[in-house]
This record gives sequence, C-alpha cells and structure tokens, in this order.
Amino acid sequence: MAVIIEKNTKILIQGFTGKMGTFHAEEMIKYGSNVVGGVTPGKGGQKHLDRPVFNTVKEAVKNTGATASILFVPPAFAADSAMEAADAGIKTCVAIVDGIPSHDMIRIKRYMKRYSKSDKMTLVGPNCAGIISPGKSMLGIMPGHIYKEGRVGIISRSGTLGYEAAQQMKNLNIGISTSVGIGGDPINGSSFRDIIEKFETDDETDAILMIGEIGGPQEVAAGEFAKENMKKPVIGYIAGLTAPKGRVMGHAGAIVSAYGESAIEKVEILKECGVTISKNPSVMGETVKSVLEKI
Amino acid sequence: MDIHEYQAKEILASFGVTIPRGGIVYSPETAENKAREIGGSKWVVKAQIHSGARGKAGGVIVCNSPLEVAQATDKLLGKKLVTNQTGPEGKIVNRIYIEEATDIEKELYLGLVFDRSSESIMVVASTEGGMSVEEIAKEKPDSIIRSKIEVAVGIQNFQARELAFGLGIEPELIRRASETIIGCAKAFSELDATMVEVNPLVISKQKQILALDCKMSFDNNAMFRRDKVSELRDKTQEDEKEVYASDRGLNYVSLDGNIGNIINGAGLAMASMDMIKLAGGEPANFLDVGGGATPEKIVKAFRLITMDKKVKVILVNIFAGINRCDWVAEGIVQALEKIEIKVPLVIRLAGTNVEKGNKILQESELNYIEANTLEDAANKAVAALK
Repeated sequence: MAVIIEKNTKILIQGFTGKMGTFHAEEMIKYGSNVVGGVTPGKGGQKHLDRPVFNTVKEAVKNTGATASILFVPPAFAADSAMEAADAGIKTCVAIVDGIPSHDMIRIKRYMKRYSKSDKMTLVGPNCAGIISPGKSMLGIMPGHIYKEGRVGIISRSGTLGYEAAQQMKNLNIGISTSVGIGGDPINGSSFRDIIEKFETDDETDAILMIGEIGGPQEVAAGEFAKENMKKPVIGYIAGLTAPKGRVMGHAGAIVSAYGESAIEKVEILKECGVTISKNPSVMGETVKSVLEKI
Repeated sequence: MDIHEYQAKEILASFGVTIPRGGIVYSPETAENKAREIGGSKWVVKAQIHSGARGKAGGVIVCNSPLEVAQATDKLLGKKLVTNQTGPEGKIVNRIYIEEATDIEKELYLGLVFDRSSESIMVVASTEGGMSVEEIAKEKPDSIIRSKIEVAVGIQNFQARELAFGLGIEPELIRRASETIIGCAKAFSELDATMVEVNPLVISKQKQILALDCKMSFDNNAMFRRDKVSELRDKTQEDEKEVYASDRGLNYVSLDGNIGNIINGAGLAMASMDMIKLAGGEPANFLDVGGGATPEKIVKAFRLITMDKKVKVILVNIFAGINRCDWVAEGIVQALEKIEIKVPLVIRLAGTNVEKGNKILQESELNYIEANTLEDAANKAVAALK
C-alpha cells in the first residue's frame, strides 16, 4: 500500500466546478485517480465531469464514501473548506491554494486538535503541488508523467524543484513510491517530520529525498527525527544558499529570521544527523543513486 | 508589509497601549508649531523609515526648543538614511515624527511573533530593552521570557500578569503593564499582524508604561480583509523594481549581482540562484513568475529584468509541467518580439514537451544560448559574462 493515498482512494474536489477545480480534476482523472465527485456550495444535485456535485463535504462523504479531498477554493475561503473536510471525516486533504493568511492556518491547526490522533485528518499544504503515488493515484497538480514508479519517497516544499528532482531521477531510471509537496508557507498542514515518519513505516519506500529551503525549523526537526528513529537513508537538498537574510524569497515561509534557518546552517545540521546532502540542485538524482547503490 | 513607527503607535494606542504625545509632519515649516502643540520642553525628532537602528544612523535627534525641532526636521527630511537593515542605498525620509521626550526609568522589550516550531503566537519579553532581540538572545538569553497564546481563547489576563511580574515590574504598575501586553496581543490577532515589537517599552520616572518605539508587520496574504491596514503601505520605502513586480503578481527580490533570472517556482528560483553562485557568478535578482509561467507573466518578467541596469546576462529557467514547454517557448518568443534584449540570453527549458519547446526557440529569430540542465544553464550564463 502506498504511504498516504492508494490506487482506489476515493477523492473529492472541493471547488469542483470552478476553472482550476475543473482543469485539475480532469488531469487527475486522466492520470487514473479515483475522483468520485466534488463540492460546490449551491450547486448540489448537478453533474460535473460525469460526477455528482454536492453542497457540503458531509453530504459528499455520505454518498460517495470519499476519504480524500483536494481544495481549489480561493485563499479567503480555504481555511473554512479545510475545516469542513476535517469535520466530515476526510482522512487526507491537500490544499493547493497559495495565499492563505497565517492566522487562518493557526486556526485550522487549532481546530484539528479536537480530533483524536486516529480520527485526525492529514492536511498537506497549503501552497503546494500535492501528492502523487506514481502508477496509483495523483492528488495534486503535478505533471504525472515525469514520475516513474519506484521505491524512493520525495518530500518537497517547492513544486517545480520537486518536479526537477523527479525528472532527474527518471533520467537515471530511479522510480518514486510517493512524492509529497508540503508547500512553501510558514505554517503548513504537514511538516517534513510528519511525512518522513510515514515513509519510515512504508514498505514500498527504501529511501527518502527531502528538498527543503531556507526559513523555519522543519528541515532540522526532520533531520533530528531521522537520526533518532530512522533506519532508511535520507538524502537532502536545501535551496537558498544565496538568499539574503530577512528577505522573503517567493514562498512566504522562505525567510531567514533565526539561527539554524539559513541554507548553510541547515546543511551542516542535517549532515550531523546523518543525512546525505546533494551538493547542488543539479545532482539531486545522482546523489539519490549513489545512496541507493549502498543499500 | 511593514508600516512606520507612528502608524504602529496609532494602532497600538487604539488597543489601549499608552504612547508619548506626538505628531507627524512633512515639512520643517509645520514642525515648530507641532512641537508647541505637543507641549513640554524637550522633544525627540524621529525620521520615519521602514528600518530599525535609526538612532545609530543619526535618524533620531533630541531637541530642546521648537526652533531646534524645526532645524532637526529640516536636516532629516529628504535625506537617505543608511542603517544596518536598509542596505547601502538607504531609505528616503519623507515623514518626521515629533514626540515629547520621556524621562526613562527602565527599558524593557516586548514582542509578538509567529513561532514556527509550536505553530502558535508567542509573546517574547525581556528586561533588556533597547537592544535588538537578536542581541538580547545572544548576550542576555536568560532575560528572555515567553508565553504562548492559545488562539482559540486569545491571551489571558494571567499570562499577561505572569509576563509583567517576570519583567520585575512593581506591583502597582502590574495592571497597566498587563493591559499593555494584552493590547499588543489583540492588535496582533485582530489585524493579521506577523510581528509586533515594542522596543523599548519603558517605565517612565512618572510611573507611566509607554511604548517608546514600535514596529509592526502584516501578512500580505491577509490584505484582502484588512483595507485600513493596506492603506498604510508606503511604497517610497520599498525597492522600485520590487514595487513594480508585486503590483504585477511577480515575486521579485533585488540583489547585487549581474545575472538576471526568470524562473518558475520559488524553490527552483532559489536553486537556480545557488547554481549561479556555485558556477562563479552572482544573481542580480530572485524572480518567480509562478508555477504556471504564463506568457503574460513572462512578458512582465522580461520588462522588469530589462529595467535593471546591473544585468549583464539573462537566465531563463522554466520547468514546464502541465503548462507544456512548447507553450512556454511560444510565450518567450512573443515576449521578445515586444521587448528588446541587449545582453546575452540563456534559456533552459525542462519538463513536458521539452524537445518541441526547444525546436520552437531554435526556429525563431531569437538570439539565445540553449542550455539543458540546471548546471549547464548556470555555467553558460557565467561564461556569457565574458
């Protein structure tokens, strides 16, 4: 079984009938994802892309048995939609949207504390490319064909840098078990550590490539977790060597504001944690290859 | 988004924080009157720029008469102030804040930030006011006390009290200190702030608790619901090219090098800059045109990069996913029909339909250097400098 989504995972599109929702739902369906319907408040009862539209997530879950959802709603309504998914019993929710206010993210995370660990939804994103388990299912907006099926897990903040890695690996004939984009925001649903932990127990994953960047404590937290708890090898790359301190580099979370948050500092700490560092972004694939050869 | 000290003070005052009497002026002529209006016998003339450490840069002048206030205002207005936070080009002083001087007994530090480790709002306080929080953390780490705000209920009185006692504030001032802390926390939560810093927070000889210097930053992503806050934006304090970019939906940061970049995605943009550095070059900018790299965005990006006179080579690196390389290539060709490029241009396309994309570029009139990998692109850009 794949780490977060499986071949038959039933997927809902929140914001189904909008332009973005429609476009990416079609792409997901083409890839083979099991999209069972969607939610657009006020359009319940209609059909869209041959699938039912519901007014609420609860109604959609009840009628379709969906366990995953993906949000294509504007930033102002995204927090509300994520909480609606959590409350309706969705297990995995991917928030693609860029531009959710940080105060809303904190509210979502606080809201989710009301669920026990076993009932808690895994929120991935926001501001991310989503999840793909090649050959099984795609719950995201990535170009599916660049991901070869295989046994390496990828976790990346950035979308396009994650694509770059997948492409480099494909060129070297290395496949991917699951790739998770956790997004570039300062406060996100799932951290590097949350996902790396899932990969450690996934019997379809042999090694993990972690693509981080400047800002925040998450890469280091994942490195420390790996050092203490993991048997599988971890490969890392940190973007932002040339980023000036105190400036936001595109991603709202990519800002160096404390010790340990610059690329150089993160690389040093990750090395101490036993993570194999890709010395530049052009050799992420080769670095993964060299590690796999040693297993 | 950053705002000026006086704007932050007005906001905090509306949340019950006491600030010294003061007023804003835009010309020396009005400064003298403003000083009389404020009253007292000693004033502080403060240059309003988006930066800390203004005092060390000569942006804060203590005056003993309204005439001196006018002279100090005259001296500062229109001047470019260079602090350790502005970069060598400095920031222009267009507004002056005149404030009655305070008899300081004790200087404290009070700040609120998002704590990314605990994913909550954190109040940070210290008895060592006047120093930057980085300096305090380095030199007097034991003086720092913290309190985490539970977002579901907001800051509680006991938390504010604990902080106030922790700062060694005398019992009769605890209530006022707590109200000050609570006011700052409410402003942070209710206005989508990302930072509130009162440094120093002072206890005056007259036993008042005053916010002497304030800084506030806000979440750009929340401006859609913060009309009043977004009106406080002062574009004269931002880099001209960065303003141009942000008004056009581009993520841009101006840097000191001479290789201009156009890239899709923030992570890939940072990685490309890293490659340029490793190849022996220096990036002139960070520029993310968004994952989709639409032709409109590419046109805007070329306009922006060609505004930068430092740029001696342009590097375009696009990883096309669902937006295919052929479509991106057509966008680049169209953009360069409208915009003349006088420096060498290196283009690297990757992803979906890369062969088709490269073919479109090769068959166009475009004078460019083709690159295949990230490393190849960076090496060719650096080589093109010579």
